[in-house]
Amino acid sequence: MLTHLRPAIVMIALFTLLTGLLYPLAMTGFAQVLLSGPANGSLLRDGAGHVMGSALIAQDFAKPQYLHPRPSAAGNGYDPTASGGSNYGPLDPKLAQRIAGDAATLSKEAPGYRIPVDAVTASASGLDPDISPENARLQAPRIAAARKSTVPDVQTVLDRLTKGRALLIFGEPRVNVLEANLALDQAAPARK
Amino acid sequence: MTWQGWAEIALTIALSVALAWPLGAYLARVFQGGRTWLDPLLKPVEALFYRSAGIDEHKSQGWLGYTGALLAFNAAGFFLLYFILRIQGLLPLNPLKFAGFSPHLAFNTAISFVTNTNWQSYSGESALSNFSQMFGLVVQNFASAATGIVVVAVVARAFAAHKGEGLGNFWRDLTRVTLYLLLPFSIVMAIALVIQGVPQTLTQHVDATTLEGAKQTLAMGPIASQEAIKQIGTNGGGFFNANSSHPYENPTPITNLIAMVAMNCLGFACVIAFGIIVGARKEARALVAAMVILLSAAAAIIYGAETGAVPALQHALHVAPAPNLEGKEVRFGAAATSVFAAMTTGASCGAINGWHESFTPMGGGIALFLIQLGEILPGGVGSGLYGIIVMALFSVFIAGLMVGRTPEYLGKKVDAREIKFAMLAVLILPLFIKGFAAVAAVLPLALKGVSASGPHGLTEILYAYSSAAGNNGSAFAGLTANAPWWDTTLGITMAMGRFAYLVPVMAIAGALAVKPKLTPTAGTLPTDNGLFIGLLIGVILILGGLQFFPAMALGPIVEHFQMLQALAR
Repeated sequence: MLTHLRPAIVMIALFTLLTGLLYPLAMTGFAQVLLSGPANGSLLRDGAGHVMGSALIAQDFAKPQYLHPRPSAAGNGYDPTASGGSNYGPLDPKLAQRIAGDAATLSKEAPGYRIPVDAVTASASGLDPDISPENARLQAPRIAAARKSTVPDVQTVLDRLTKGRALLIFGEPRVNVLEANLALDQAAPARK
Repeated sequence: MTWQGWAEIALTIALSVALAWPLGAYLARVFQGGRTWLDPLLKPVEALFYRSAGIDEHKSQGWLGYTGALLAFNAAGFFLLYFILRIQGLLPLNPLKFAGFSPHLAFNTAISFVTNTNWQSYSGESALSNFSQMFGLVVQNFASAATGIVVVAVVARAFAAHKGEGLGNFWRDLTRVTLYLLLPFSIVMAIALVIQGVPQTLTQHVDATTLEGAKQTLAMGPIASQEAIKQIGTNGGGFFNANSSHPYENPTPITNLIAMVAMNCLGFACVIAFGIIVGARKEARALVAAMVILLSAAAAIIYGAETGAVPALQHALHVAPAPNLEGKEVRFGAAATSVFAAMTTGASCGAINGWHESFTPMGGGIALFLIQLGEILPGGVGSGLYGIIVMALFSVFIAGLMVGRTPEYLGKKVDAREIKFAMLAVLILPLFIKGFAAVAAVLPLALKGVSASGPHGLTEILYAYSSAAGNNGSAFAGLTANAPWWDTTLGITMAMGRFAYLVPVMAIAGALAVKPKLTPTAGTLPTDNGLFIGLLIGVILILGGLQFFPAMALGPIVEHFQMLQALAR
């Protein structure tokens, strides 16, 4: 065992230098120079340059004129310093209770609509930036009313921002909530 | 269920298998010292490694010497990582002033990353500085993956040996696998990930003011570089708590596809490389076939379960069946999350893009069962190959008993000694899984960490120890594992699951290497045809089933029937 001592120590030191320092730093340097948008977290800024959030990270929306994201179990909701899901099992009474409550609220808001599953289930990361197109459609009447706009006008904006599956097969169709809300503000400014 | 979903599952598995051929051929060349197109760049670095460490890389080692070097390297890695985590508070690149880990958490985390498990009792974004992520975890992501892969070379050389040739040099294999395979592969993948939106920065947090005027702190860091080796090396430890479900780790369906292919293709490639070195390509293909059949079946069952009915959704929304999206992301949906779950537990990776705890009993149960089968579908890098070889030895042994002939595999007689070591290896897993789980199920100290009651709670416990013993690292994450009991027992289980399996395998290799190579006769059981594939699948299922069925019956199986009852209400 002692004969292995020196190579073991030297090797772990070299590994640390190469894979722990050089590799991440080289990647950071490369990404910062050539791909600074995504490398810095796909941040969205307002006209004055203040960060409004990230296109990839959900933020809480409660006002009626905005598209609302999925339920979040990250911290107290949408907290990027505490990502995570509810971790309720499928038979957990707390899950049934939460889903029943959210479903009741939604069906009052949009009577007659079928409630899509993603609207009442907490995402895995708690930071899911997307909702399903059906979920967006469900919210269009509320948004239109709050903005004194029409449902077709709102729906046009939402349709424009709906992303399909990658290569027609991979993933699911979706609408990015923050991007859609920025587009809605641009198309039909809400009265404050 | 949609046709796109089925196509996504099929294409993902097919792509990871198809890549195994070129990668496997390349890996074999790296082991055999053949020329690669990276030679001009890397030869000097390689030589520098040997010179600084004082190694004669041409000196071949016996199985004991090789194992000793491997254990010494891993011990050094363990102590270094433990030390870094303990004194994190004093180290640089820590703007959020995260404190050092407690002794039990540092012990658990250090073992976890050295054994290629990457079980995480902490949340990355609220406990680890960028320094610890880079110098601590990324280094072990490379080191533990390379440690697994070199064993492929040892086992292959043992089968290829005609009489007692050496098994190679650990330091040389380790260095070459890291320099020529893991590092270039990681660089390419990291760049692809950044293009798709994965951050790569030394900034640890950015403050934002949301559209509704609230404050939000965005956690980030050098994620792409860590993410790449996390999948390639079947490590699985996330930069964030939410792991590959986090939009910064896995922002699009394309990064998701890359992640899945990356965590399986090298496992398959290890089998192909083995076949090339031994000169048994057809037999290697048979092993791959058995893996693909079982993996595809598992993915299909999980997808079926996750798109079936869930009582809470059915009762509130009056729709059935509906995809079970609790703990899943919209951009992945049920299909990409189901196949991810099968591939991560088939592969000893342990990354997750949806929470297994919130899966249906059948979906979560299959993920757990794949871990318990020994993670050989295709398994962790290296560990999957030696796991499936152990299963192949059992298969020829059982077939030999049936016809009354001394079994042989790839031209080597399989005697009592090899079977004893193989038995030892496969019995370690259930011993620690069921031993500790049984104690935890009645110990109030342990039960404090369990979040669910009834069968789901038992599954949480079983999953934790299975994941640790199988060096998987995924969890039924309702479990609060950062407590002395869980950190310590899971740490011990991870160490045993890795080294108490690896050392007997090395002993088998040592025993096989000195045996003469036999030429097949009419009485030799062919190990490259459908019959053998069927036999192998049978042995894997029976061994896993016998060991774990009674425990599973009290967990996911009984919960499945509870769910059917709730649906009928």
